[in-house]
Amino acid sequence: MSTGNRPLSPHLQVYKPQITSVLSIFHRFTGVVLAVGALMLAYWLNAAAYGPEAFERTQAFLAHWFGKLLLFGWTWALLYHLCNGIRHMFWDACLGLEIPQVRASGWFVCIASVILTLLAWTAGYGMLGGAY
Amino acid sequence: MSLRSDLGRVRGLGSANEGTAHWWAQRVTAIALIPLSLWFIYSAVTLVGIDRAGFKIWLNAPGSVLLMTLFVIAIFYHMQLGLQVVIEDYVHNERNKIVSMVLNKLVAVFFAVSSIIALIKVAFGG
Repeated sequence: MSTGNRPLSPHLQVYKPQITSVLSIFHRFTGVVLAVGALMLAYWLNAAAYGPEAFERTQAFLAHWFGKLLLFGWTWALLYHLCNGIRHMFWDACLGLEIPQVRASGWFVCIASVILTLLAWTAGYGMLGGAY
Repeated sequence: MSLRSDLGRVRGLGSANEGTAHWWAQRVTAIALIPLSLWFIYSAVTLVGIDRAGFKIWLNAPGSVLLMTLFVIAIFYHMQLGLQVVIEDYVHNERNKIVSMVLNKLVAVFFAVSSIIALIKVAFGG
């Protein structure tokens, strides 16, 4: 197949960031972040299988401010990837493909993922009854 | 000269030599992960600050081991599919690409199976 002298797509460095492209990059970025989170889940489950001390140590690490920061990041990454994944499924069904709709659903995903993350963490702190 | 039409080539193998199997598997695991992820986040919230004894009690509650096992299988399968696309996009050296794709699959299977064994140990062990 001859491709001829086609124009090149603009390089990312000179391409103005738009909600469509930024959210697409975020989808891949959160996916990679969640792959690391999946390894943490495997570590957590294996610590539980290893014994109470190993599990306590893992729980203590996660309760530390750095552990909490990781968990907070993973919570948002999961909820963003989930919401945006559902957005992709609507596109697969040929729904919401007009640019104004794509922008609107993009903003909806951003807001929904933040609200759900805050809800989960408020509920989580509620479980502790103010112990931390 | 090939007698296959362009449509037939795309429907079958296409440039990636795999047709739509990868895309389809990614969507099937994604659909499974919608309820499973929401259940997992809800469970994680109820498990904040738990000790191992409490974790075992939770795991022995009806449905917990089943849903955790399904969740683990779905995330590692979905993870492997997603990371494969990232590798295909960014690793251009053919040898490095093949090595990373094989490692990706093996690591995903290793962590999935070890997680399931861990779940069984905690749920049914002492």
